Amino acid sequence: MDALLELLQNDARLSTSQLAERLGRSEVEVAAMISDLQAKGAILGYHAVVDPERAGQRHVSALIEVKLTPERNGGFDRLAQRIARFDQVASCYLMSGGYDLAVLVEGEDLREVARFVSEKLSTLDGVVSTATHFQLKVYKQSGFIAGEAKADERLAVSP
Amino acid sequence: MKPLQDRIAHHVRSLPRSGIRDFFELVVGRDDVISLGVGEPDFCSPWHIREAAIFSLEKGQTSYTSNLGLLSLRQEIAKYVEGLFKVSYDPASEILVTVGVSEALDLVFRALLNPGEEVIYHEPCYVSYNPSIVLAYGKPVTIQTKVDDNFVLRASDVEAAITDKTRIILLNFPTNPTGAVEPVEELEKIAALAIKHDLIVVTDEIYCELLYGGSDGMSPGEHVSIASFPGMRERTVLLHGFSKAFAMTGFRLGYACAPTVLTEAMMKIHQYSMLCAPMMSQQAAIEALKNGAPEVERMRRSYAQRRNLMLKRFAEMDLPCFSPGGAFYMFPDIRKYGLTSKEFALRLLEEESVAVVPGSAFGEAGEGSVRACYATAYEKIEIAMDRMADFVKRLG
Repeated sequence: MDALLELLQNDARLSTSQLAERLGRSEVEVAAMISDLQAKGAILGYHAVVDPERAGQRHVSALIEVKLTPERNGGFDRLAQRIARFDQVASCYLMSGGYDLAVLVEGEDLREVARFVSEKLSTLDGVVSTATHFQLKVYKQSGFIAGEAKADERLAVSP
Repeated sequence: MKPLQDRIAHHVRSLPRSGIRDFFELVVGRDDVISLGVGEPDFCSPWHIREAAIFSLEKGQTSYTSNLGLLSLRQEIAKYVEGLFKVSYDPASEILVTVGVSEALDLVFRALLNPGEEVIYHEPCYVSYNPSIVLAYGKPVTIQTKVDDNFVLRASDVEAAITDKTRIILLNFPTNPTGAVEPVEELEKIAALAIKHDLIVVTDEIYCELLYGGSDGMSPGEHVSIASFPGMRERTVLLHGFSKAFAMTGFRLGYACAPTVLTEAMMKIHQYSMLCAPMMSQQAAIEALKNGAPEVERMRRSYAQRRNLMLKRFAEMDLPCFSPGGAFYMFPDIRKYGLTSKEFALRLLEEESVAVVPGSAFGEAGEGSVRACYATAYEKIEIAMDRMADFVKRLG
């Protein structure tokens, strides 16, 4: 399982047959392992890691610190799950420290993100306060360094 | 004025050009070539190691170090070597940090050989063994290991090669270029011979972290060093370095572990020629030894997958290939096509733009094979294998 996940986390485009070849297993086995991982939620999904600036996309991203009032039953879960379901929310984490939720919000422009925060997020019962930090530049995203092209600079033949 | 050619020392003049260099010149400048001809990892040195080198520069650590190398590095090496090779060395006097294993090899021959004394080693082998011995005025005595015998170095062959001039047995397991790992029982017999004939063993174990154990080659395997056998520590010079397992070839850092008297003799030459290994490389190496193990294993697993891919594809194209137990090389047997290894490699390069190294570059015993390195991106190996399959199909 670990070896399979390592391969997929590095390149989710690998086909079942390519994975099977690298792991020395049959395609049927690998397919079963993958559906098992998906069924139990170990694999949440697959996507390309895009640098919006280089892709020419209109895109802004903001980290919102959210303070919540916990509830008698369930603490932060109900509210956090409610917030996480918004399409604008790319990631949502419960945090230790000075605030409760770190909410990563994405939109086409500042106004869209600001509107989401002021109209949707901060108006929820139980949300005590929000602090919005806009992202200015991407250096690394999901494990990839931005703008780093890989070239093989080794000598073509060496001892 | 005498022609400059005549100024070159006789023993240098008579050294043949490296077969690898010849081949390199054919490949260089061609963009379409997929090269399986390299002898180094395709991974960049792990960032935490590079960062340690940068940090060392930032702190202005740009001075000489002790001739033996930084004591803190030697202490880390001692710990690492004890864990990996099950032999303990005193960091104060039994470890010498060198500019790659290549320098250590040069030092050991210069330190131990009188003119005409013999070094027994096994071919096919790394390209520098013969010249390093010759440049130290020693006499190379080769034993040809064979693909039909899985490139095992037979103790009986070693014994037959021993004369009253023999001083050193040089071993390299896992082997570049074959990937062969010596069976422990044969290694024990070689150790017994060394003791019986009172010989020094120089063992270059640079690939020892890259082993492919288990039936599928995916498990790490366990390395056994001849230095760990009873009675061997006192007659063994153990050579290791950072280039392969830690992907640090450009840092140029290796080390020799040996009893004090031998270390001292090598250090004498090292201090007058090299003075010390570069400080920033030594700082990076400390970080590698302290925190590099997970990355080494991650890289090893990746090599294992690519090794399995090549083995499978060679089998599919009916190209006989020894199943390597270590390093990152395949050494397929091309004899059935009736071409020399050089002809095979040249035509593969011309017709399919895939570079491999002719086996003859690794000594006479390498003829009949080519070396294909799998330290190259998986996707590139897949394409290279498709091209090779087309090529050998045409050869029939």
